[in-house]
Amino acid sequence: MRRYFLDAGALARKDLLLELRARDTLPAMLLFIVAVLVVFHFALPTNASAHASLGLLWVAILFTALLGLGRSFVAEREQGVLDGLVLAPSDRSAIWVGKVVATLAFLVVAEAVALPAFALFFTSIDGATIAGVALADIGICAVGTVLAAMAAAGRARELLLPLLFLPLAIPIVVGGVGSSLAASSGKYLAFLALYDAIFVLVAWAAFEYVVTE
Amino acid sequence: MTMIRARGVARSFGDKRALEPVDFDLESRGFLVVTGPNGSGKTTLLRLCAGLLIPTSGELEVDAERGQVGYLAHEPLVYRELTAIENLDLYGRLYRVAERRERIGMLLERFGLWEARSERTGSYSRGMLQRLALCRALLHDPELLILDEPANALDEAGETLLERELDELRRERTFLVASHAPERLDRFATGKLALG
Repeated sequence: MRRYFLDAGALARKDLLLELRARDTLPAMLLFIVAVLVVFHFALPTNASAHASLGLLWVAILFTALLGLGRSFVAEREQGVLDGLVLAPSDRSAIWVGKVVATLAFLVVAEAVALPAFALFFTSIDGATIAGVALADIGICAVGTVLAAMAAAGRARELLLPLLFLPLAIPIVVGGVGSSLAASSGKYLAFLALYDAIFVLVAWAAFEYVVTE
Repeated sequence: MTMIRARGVARSFGDKRALEPVDFDLESRGFLVVTGPNGSGKTTLLRLCAGLLIPTSGELEVDAERGQVGYLAHEPLVYRELTAIENLDLYGRLYRVAERRERIGMLLERFGLWEARSERTGSYSRGMLQRLALCRALLHDPELLILDEPANALDEAGETLLERELDELRRERTFLVASHAPERLDRFATGKLALG
Protein backbone atom coordinates (compact mmCIF):
# COMPACT_ATOMS: atom_id res chain seq x y z
CA MET A 1 0.00 0.00 0.00
CA ARG A 2 2.85 2.35 0.88
CA ARG A 3 4.46 1.53 -2.46
CA TYR A 4 1.21 2.37 -4.24
CA PHE A 5 0.99 5.83 -2.71
CA LEU A 6 4.69 6.47 -3.36
CA ASP A 7 4.10 5.68 -7.05
CA ALA A 8 1.01 7.90 -7.18
CA GLY A 9 2.95 10.65 -5.38
CA ALA A 10 5.84 10.43 -7.85
CA LEU A 11 3.42 10.66 -10.78
CA ALA A 12 1.51 13.60 -9.28
CA ARG A 13 4.77 15.41 -8.52
CA LYS A 14 5.84 14.86 -12.12
CA ASP A 15 2.59 16.42 -13.41
CA LEU A 16 2.96 19.42 -11.10
CA LEU A 17 6.59 19.87 -12.21
CA LEU A 18 5.58 19.65 -15.88
CA GLU A 19 2.97 22.36 -15.31
CA LEU A 20 5.40 24.51 -13.37
CA ARG A 21 7.76 24.41 -16.35
CA ALA A 22 5.40 24.41 -19.32
CA ARG A 23 2.62 26.56 -17.80
CA ASP A 24 0.17 25.11 -20.30
CA THR A 25 -2.88 24.37 -18.20
CA LEU A 26 -3.20 26.49 -15.06
CA PRO A 27 -2.88 29.96 -16.65
CA ALA A 28 -5.49 28.95 -19.24
CA MET A 29 -7.84 27.72 -16.50
CA LEU A 30 -7.38 30.91 -14.47
CA LEU A 31 -7.92 33.18 -17.43
CA PHE A 32 -10.93 31.17 -18.56
CA ILE A 33 -12.78 31.13 -15.24
CA VAL A 34 -12.20 34.86 -14.62
CA ALA A 35 -13.25 35.68 -18.20
CA VAL A 36 -16.41 33.59 -17.84
CA LEU A 37 -17.32 35.37 -14.60
CA VAL A 38 -16.79 38.75 -16.26
CA VAL A 39 -18.98 37.71 -19.20
CA PHE A 40 -21.68 36.46 -16.82
CA HIS A 41 -21.43 39.72 -14.89
CA PHE A 42 -22.38 41.68 -18.00
CA ALA A 43 -24.79 39.07 -19.35
CA LEU A 44 -26.95 38.88 -16.23
CA PRO A 45 -29.48 41.65 -15.70
CA THR A 46 -28.62 43.94 -12.78
CA ASN A 47 -31.62 42.73 -10.78
CA ALA A 48 -30.81 39.06 -11.32
CA SER A 49 -31.25 36.88 -8.26
CA ALA A 50 -28.47 35.22 -6.28
CA HIS A 51 -30.02 31.94 -7.42
CA ALA A 52 -29.20 32.66 -11.06
CA SER A 53 -25.66 33.83 -10.37
CA LEU A 54 -24.85 30.80 -8.17
CA GLY A 55 -26.09 28.54 -10.95
CA LEU A 56 -23.68 30.25 -13.34
CA LEU A 57 -20.82 29.77 -10.87
CA TRP A 58 -21.30 26.01 -11.21
CA VAL A 59 -21.33 26.26 -15.00
CA ALA A 60 -18.05 28.21 -14.86
CA ILE A 61 -16.44 25.62 -12.55
CA LEU A 62 -17.53 22.72 -14.71
CA PHE A 63 -16.21 24.17 -17.96
CA THR A 64 -12.96 25.30 -16.36
CA ALA A 65 -12.44 21.76 -15.09
CA LEU A 66 -13.15 20.48 -18.58
CA LEU A 67 -10.39 22.72 -19.91
CA GLY A 68 -7.90 21.24 -17.44
CA LEU A 69 -9.07 17.68 -18.03
CA GLY A 70 -8.68 18.12 -21.77
CA ARG A 71 -4.98 18.78 -21.26
CA SER A 72 -4.34 16.18 -18.59
CA PHE A 73 -3.00 13.47 -20.93
CA VAL A 74 -1.46 15.73 -23.58
CA ALA A 75 2.16 15.06 -22.55
CA GLU A 76 1.58 11.31 -22.42
CA ARG A 77 -0.21 11.27 -25.76
CA GLU A 78 2.17 13.50 -27.71
CA GLN A 79 5.31 11.82 -26.43
CA GLY A 80 3.93 8.29 -26.21
CA VAL A 81 4.92 8.11 -22.55
CA LEU A 82 1.82 6.24 -21.50
CA ASP A 83 3.34 3.03 -22.96
CA GLY A 84 6.31 3.38 -20.63
CA LEU A 85 4.08 4.01 -17.60
CA VAL A 86 1.72 1.15 -18.46
CA LEU A 87 4.64 -1.31 -18.72
CA ALA A 88 5.93 -0.45 -15.25
CA PRO A 89 5.25 -3.06 -12.57
CA SER A 90 3.36 -0.54 -10.45
CA ASP A 91 -0.43 -0.71 -10.23
CA ARG A 92 -1.81 1.13 -13.27
CA SER A 93 -4.45 2.85 -11.21
CA ALA A 94 -1.60 4.79 -9.56
CA ILE A 95 -1.35 6.70 -12.86
CA TRP A 96 -4.99 7.70 -12.39
CA VAL A 97 -4.43 8.72 -8.76
CA GLY A 98 -1.46 10.87 -9.79
CA LYS A 99 -3.45 12.59 -12.53
CA VAL A 100 -6.45 13.15 -10.24
CA VAL A 101 -4.26 14.77 -7.59
CA ALA A 102 -2.57 17.06 -10.13
CA THR A 103 -5.83 18.06 -11.85
CA LEU A 104 -7.44 18.63 -8.47
CA ALA A 105 -4.58 20.93 -7.49
CA PHE A 106 -5.01 23.00 -10.67
CA LEU A 107 -8.77 23.21 -10.16
CA VAL A 108 -8.42 24.26 -6.52
CA VAL A 109 -5.99 27.04 -7.50
CA ALA A 110 -8.42 28.24 -10.20
CA GLU A 111 -11.26 28.24 -7.68
CA ALA A 112 -9.15 30.06 -5.10
CA VAL A 113 -9.13 32.94 -7.58
CA ALA A 114 -12.64 32.44 -8.94
CA LEU A 115 -14.61 32.28 -5.68
CA PRO A 116 -13.44 35.68 -4.36
CA ALA A 117 -13.97 37.10 -7.86
CA PHE A 118 -17.49 35.68 -7.84
CA ALA A 119 -18.15 37.24 -4.43
CA LEU A 120 -16.92 40.56 -5.80
CA PHE A 121 -19.02 40.48 -8.97
CA PHE A 122 -22.20 38.78 -7.74
CA THR A 123 -23.00 37.66 -4.23
CA SER A 124 -21.25 36.37 -1.14
CA ILE A 125 -20.45 32.68 -0.81
CA ASP A 126 -21.33 30.65 2.26
CA GLY A 127 -19.66 27.64 3.83
CA ALA A 128 -22.12 25.21 2.25
CA THR A 129 -21.16 26.40 -1.23
CA ILE A 130 -17.46 26.01 -0.46
CA ALA A 131 -18.08 22.51 0.91
CA GLY A 132 -20.11 21.73 -2.21
CA VAL A 133 -17.31 22.96 -4.46
CA ALA A 134 -14.75 20.86 -2.56
CA LEU A 135 -16.86 17.70 -2.86
CA ALA A 136 -17.70 18.41 -6.49
CA ASP A 137 -14.01 18.85 -7.34
CA ILE A 138 -13.26 15.30 -6.23
CA GLY A 139 -16.03 13.85 -8.39
CA ILE A 140 -15.16 16.04 -11.37
CA CYS A 141 -11.47 15.04 -11.28
CA ALA A 142 -12.13 11.35 -10.59
CA VAL A 143 -14.61 10.88 -13.43
CA GLY A 144 -12.99 13.41 -15.75
CA THR A 145 -9.53 11.85 -15.53
CA VAL A 146 -10.66 8.40 -16.57
CA LEU A 147 -12.72 9.89 -19.41
CA ALA A 148 -9.77 12.07 -20.47
CA ALA A 149 -7.60 8.94 -20.70
CA MET A 150 -10.33 7.28 -22.77
CA ALA A 151 -10.67 10.30 -25.05
CA ALA A 152 -6.89 10.65 -25.44
CA ALA A 153 -6.77 7.31 -27.22
CA GLY A 154 -9.37 8.38 -29.77
CA ARG A 155 -9.07 10.54 -32.86
CA ALA A 156 -11.80 13.09 -32.06
CA ARG A 157 -10.55 13.55 -28.51
CA GLU A 158 -11.49 17.25 -28.24
CA LEU A 159 -15.09 16.35 -29.03
CA LEU A 160 -15.19 13.07 -27.17
CA LEU A 161 -14.26 14.34 -23.72
CA PRO A 162 -17.11 16.87 -23.32
CA LEU A 163 -19.57 14.40 -24.83
CA LEU A 164 -18.58 11.75 -22.31
CA PHE A 165 -18.04 14.03 -19.34
CA LEU A 166 -20.97 16.45 -19.33
CA PRO A 167 -23.75 13.84 -18.99
CA LEU A 168 -21.88 12.26 -16.08
CA ALA A 169 -21.40 15.68 -14.49
CA ILE A 170 -25.13 16.47 -14.34
CA PRO A 171 -25.48 14.96 -10.83
CA ILE A 172 -22.55 17.14 -9.72
CA VAL A 173 -24.35 20.26 -10.95
CA VAL A 174 -27.58 19.13 -9.24
CA GLY A 175 -25.75 18.50 -5.95
CA GLY A 176 -23.61 21.63 -6.24
CA VAL A 177 -26.43 24.04 -7.06
CA GLY A 178 -28.57 22.39 -4.36
CA SER A 179 -25.86 22.82 -1.73
CA SER A 180 -25.53 26.49 -2.69
CA LEU A 181 -29.23 27.36 -2.74
CA ALA A 182 -31.27 24.93 -0.65
CA ALA A 183 -32.18 25.81 2.93
CA SER A 184 -31.09 22.34 4.04
CA SER A 185 -27.85 21.97 2.11
CA GLY A 186 -26.85 18.87 4.10
CA LYS A 187 -28.70 16.39 1.92
CA TYR A 188 -27.13 17.85 -1.24
CA LEU A 189 -23.67 17.64 0.30
CA ALA A 190 -24.41 14.03 1.25
CA PHE A 191 -25.51 13.43 -2.34
CA LEU A 192 -22.19 14.84 -3.63
CA ALA A 193 -20.27 12.70 -1.14
CA LEU A 194 -22.16 9.61 -2.32
CA TYR A 195 -21.44 10.52 -5.96
CA ASP A 196 -17.74 10.87 -5.08
CA ALA A 197 -17.64 7.53 -3.25
CA ILE A 198 -19.28 5.64 -6.11
CA PHE A 199 -17.46 7.30 -8.99
CA VAL A 200 -14.03 7.33 -7.36
CA LEU A 201 -14.37 3.56 -6.93
CA VAL A 202 -15.67 3.00 -10.48
CA ALA A 203 -13.05 5.25 -12.09
CA TRP A 204 -10.22 3.72 -10.02
CA ALA A 205 -11.25 0.20 -11.01
CA ALA A 206 -11.91 1.08 -14.67
CA PHE A 207 -8.64 2.90 -15.35
CA GLU A 208 -6.61 -0.28 -15.92
CA TYR A 209 -9.01 -1.30 -18.72
CA VAL A 210 -8.96 2.16 -20.24
CA VAL A 211 -5.16 2.30 -20.65
CA THR A 212 -4.77 -1.28 -21.78
CA GLU A 213 -6.64 -3.19 -24.43
CA MET B 1 13.44 -22.48 -21.84
CA THR B 2 11.17 -20.61 -24.22
CA MET B 3 10.74 -16.91 -23.46
CA ILE B 4 8.28 -16.13 -26.26
CA ARG B 5 6.08 -18.62 -28.07
CA ALA B 6 3.88 -17.35 -30.91
CA ARG B 7 1.47 -19.48 -32.91
CA GLY B 8 -0.58 -17.87 -35.65
CA VAL B 9 -0.38 -14.50 -33.94
CA ALA B 10 -2.10 -11.82 -36.01
CA ARG B 11 -3.36 -8.35 -35.35
CA SER B 12 -5.87 -6.14 -37.12
CA PHE B 13 -6.95 -2.56 -36.49
CA GLY B 14 -10.52 -2.39 -37.71
CA ASP B 15 -10.51 -3.78 -41.26
CA LYS B 16 -6.78 -3.28 -41.69
CA ARG B 17 -4.52 -6.25 -41.04
CA ALA B 18 -1.38 -4.88 -39.35
CA LEU B 19 0.30 -8.24 -38.79
CA GLU B 20 -0.25 -11.41 -40.81
CA PRO B 21 -0.25 -14.67 -38.80
CA VAL B 22 3.23 -15.42 -37.54
CA ASP B 23 4.81 -18.38 -35.71
CA PHE B 24 8.08 -18.31 -33.84
CA ASP B 25 9.83 -19.35 -30.65
CA LEU B 26 12.36 -17.21 -28.86
CA GLU B 27 14.46 -19.15 -26.40
CA SER B 28 15.77 -17.61 -23.22
CA ARG B 29 19.11 -15.86 -23.91
CA GLY B 30 18.18 -15.84 -27.60
CA PHE B 31 18.50 -12.87 -29.94
CA LEU B 32 15.79 -12.77 -32.57
CA VAL B 33 16.01 -10.13 -35.27
CA VAL B 34 12.73 -9.19 -36.94
CA THR B 35 13.07 -7.80 -40.45
CA GLY B 36 10.65 -6.67 -43.11
CA PRO B 37 9.61 -3.71 -45.21
CA ASN B 38 7.63 -0.75 -43.87
CA GLY B 39 4.13 -1.77 -42.90
CA SER B 40 4.98 -5.45 -42.55
CA GLY B 41 4.02 -5.43 -38.87
CA LYS B 42 7.37 -5.30 -37.06
CA THR B 43 6.29 -2.65 -34.58
CA THR B 44 2.91 -4.32 -34.08
CA LEU B 45 4.62 -7.63 -33.31
CA LEU B 46 6.93 -5.97 -30.79
CA ARG B 47 4.02 -4.16 -29.11
CA LEU B 48 2.18 -7.47 -28.87
CA CYS B 49 5.18 -9.13 -27.23
CA ALA B 50 5.60 -6.19 -24.84
CA GLY B 51 2.00 -6.59 -23.73
CA LEU B 52 0.84 -3.26 -25.14
CA LEU B 53 -1.51 -4.94 -27.62
CA ILE B 54 -3.57 -8.10 -27.59
CA PRO B 55 -3.53 -10.39 -30.65
CA THR B 56 -6.67 -10.48 -32.76
CA SER B 57 -6.04 -14.19 -33.31
CA GLY B 58 -3.47 -16.84 -32.44
CA GLU B 59 -1.64 -17.70 -29.24
CA LEU B 60 1.13 -15.62 -27.72
CA GLU B 61 2.92 -16.62 -24.54
CA VAL B 62 5.58 -14.35 -23.05
CA ASP B 63 7.40 -15.76 -20.04
CA ALA B 64 8.39 -12.43 -18.51
CA GLU B 65 6.58 -10.34 -15.95
CA ARG B 66 5.57 -6.79 -16.75
CA GLY B 67 8.45 -5.21 -14.89
CA GLN B 68 10.95 -7.53 -16.54
CA VAL B 69 10.44 -6.20 -20.06
CA GLY B 70 12.59 -3.38 -21.39
CA TYR B 71 10.81 -1.77 -24.33
CA LEU B 72 12.40 0.64 -26.77
CA ALA B 73 9.75 2.23 -28.98
CA HIS B 74 9.88 4.59 -31.95
CA GLU B 75 9.27 7.44 -29.52
CA PRO B 76 11.69 7.86 -26.62
CA LEU B 77 8.81 7.69 -24.06
CA VAL B 78 10.20 10.59 -22.04
CA TYR B 79 8.73 13.92 -20.97
CA ARG B 80 10.21 16.82 -22.92
CA GLU B 81 9.86 19.27 -20.02
CA LEU B 82 11.86 17.07 -17.64
CA THR B 83 15.61 16.56 -17.63
CA ALA B 84 17.23 13.22 -18.41
CA ILE B 85 17.80 12.58 -14.70
CA GLU B 86 14.22 13.49 -13.77
CA ASN B 87 12.82 11.21 -16.47
CA LEU B 88 15.00 8.28 -15.47
CA ASP B 89 14.34 8.90 -11.78
CA LEU B 90 10.58 8.71 -12.39
CA TYR B 91 10.95 5.45 -14.32
CA GLY B 92 13.38 4.16 -11.73
CA ARG B 93 10.83 4.69 -8.96
CA LEU B 94 8.02 3.06 -10.94
CA TYR B 95 10.22 0.13 -12.00
CA ARG B 96 11.53 -0.38 -8.44
CA VAL B 97 15.18 0.03 -9.43
CA ALA B 98 17.54 -0.68 -6.56
CA GLU B 99 20.31 1.90 -6.06
CA ARG B 100 18.50 4.09 -8.55
CA ARG B 101 20.82 7.09 -8.55
CA GLU B 102 23.95 5.01 -9.10
CA ARG B 103 22.32 3.04 -11.92
CA ILE B 104 21.05 6.22 -13.61
CA GLY B 105 24.48 7.84 -13.34
CA MET B 106 26.17 4.75 -14.73
CA LEU B 107 23.82 4.53 -17.73
CA LEU B 108 24.05 8.25 -18.53
CA GLU B 109 27.84 8.03 -18.40
CA ARG B 110 27.89 4.93 -20.55
CA PHE B 111 25.64 6.46 -23.23
CA GLY B 112 27.47 9.78 -23.27
CA LEU B 113 24.66 11.85 -21.74
CA TRP B 114 26.18 12.72 -18.37
CA GLU B 115 27.11 16.25 -19.44
CA ALA B 116 23.56 16.89 -20.65
CA ARG B 117 21.90 15.20 -17.66
CA SER B 118 20.35 18.41 -16.29
CA GLU B 119 19.06 19.75 -19.60
CA ARG B 120 15.42 19.36 -20.47
CA THR B 121 15.07 16.58 -23.01
CA GLY B 122 13.05 18.90 -25.26
CA SER B 123 16.39 20.45 -26.21
CA TYR B 124 17.97 17.07 -27.07
CA SER B 125 18.76 16.06 -30.62
CA ARG B 126 17.01 12.98 -32.05
CA GLY B 127 20.18 10.94 -31.50
CA MET B 128 20.46 12.04 -27.85
CA LEU B 129 16.81 11.13 -27.30
CA GLN B 130 17.47 7.68 -28.74
CA ARG B 131 20.41 7.25 -26.35
CA LEU B 132 18.19 8.34 -23.46
CA ALA B 133 15.50 5.92 -24.62
CA LEU B 134 18.09 3.14 -24.51
CA CYS B 135 19.02 4.18 -20.95
CA ARG B 136 15.33 4.04 -20.03
CA ALA B 137 14.84 0.61 -21.57
CA LEU B 138 17.91 -0.78 -19.76
CA LEU B 139 17.33 1.05 -16.46
CA HIS B 140 15.63 -1.79 -14.58
CA ASP B 141 17.98 -4.45 -15.97
CA PRO B 142 15.15 -6.35 -17.69
CA GLU B 143 15.17 -10.05 -18.56
CA LEU B 144 13.57 -9.47 -21.95
CA LEU B 145 14.60 -6.57 -24.17
CA ILE B 146 12.24 -5.60 -26.97
CA LEU B 147 13.94 -3.04 -29.17
CA ASP B 148 12.28 -1.34 -32.12
CA GLU B 149 14.94 0.00 -34.49
CA PRO B 150 17.50 0.58 -31.71
CA ALA B 151 20.04 2.19 -34.05
CA ASN B 152 17.49 4.70 -35.32
CA ALA B 153 18.92 8.28 -35.37
CA LEU B 154 22.20 7.18 -33.77
CA ASP B 155 25.46 8.42 -35.21
CA GLU B 156 28.48 6.17 -35.68
CA ALA B 157 29.60 6.66 -32.07
CA GLY B 158 26.09 5.94 -30.82
CA GLU B 159 25.87 2.77 -32.88
CA THR B 160 29.20 1.64 -31.47
CA LEU B 161 27.89 2.26 -27.93
CA LEU B 162 24.74 0.30 -28.72
CA GLU B 163 26.66 -2.62 -30.17
CA ARG B 164 28.96 -2.68 -27.14
CA GLU B 165 25.91 -2.81 -24.88
CA LEU B 166 24.26 -5.57 -26.92
CA ASP B 167 27.49 -7.53 -26.92
CA GLU B 168 27.73 -7.30 -23.13
CA LEU B 169 24.14 -8.27 -22.48
CA ARG B 170 23.39 -10.87 -25.14
CA ARG B 171 24.60 -13.86 -23.09
CA GLU B 172 22.54 -12.88 -20.05
CA ARG B 173 19.38 -11.43 -21.57
CA THR B 174 16.80 -12.27 -24.22
CA PHE B 175 16.41 -9.94 -27.18
CA LEU B 176 13.66 -9.32 -29.70
CA VAL B 177 14.90 -6.64 -32.07
CA ALA B 178 13.25 -5.10 -35.13
CA SER B 179 15.61 -3.57 -37.64
CA HIS B 180 15.70 -2.17 -41.16
CA ALA B 181 19.42 -2.84 -41.30
CA PRO B 182 19.79 -6.32 -39.78
CA GLU B 183 23.30 -6.86 -41.17
CA ARG B 184 24.79 -4.90 -38.23
CA LEU B 185 23.05 -7.27 -35.85
CA ASP B 186 24.13 -10.46 -37.64
CA ARG B 187 26.88 -11.22 -35.16
CA PHE B 188 24.44 -11.14 -32.24
CA ALA B 189 21.48 -12.87 -33.87
CA THR B 190 20.54 -16.41 -32.92
CA GLY B 191 17.59 -16.28 -35.30
CA LYS B 192 15.79 -14.13 -37.83
CA LEU B 193 12.14 -13.61 -38.54
CA ALA B 194 11.20 -12.02 -41.87
CA LEU B 195 7.80 -10.39 -42.06
CA GLY B 196 5.86 -9.26 -45.13
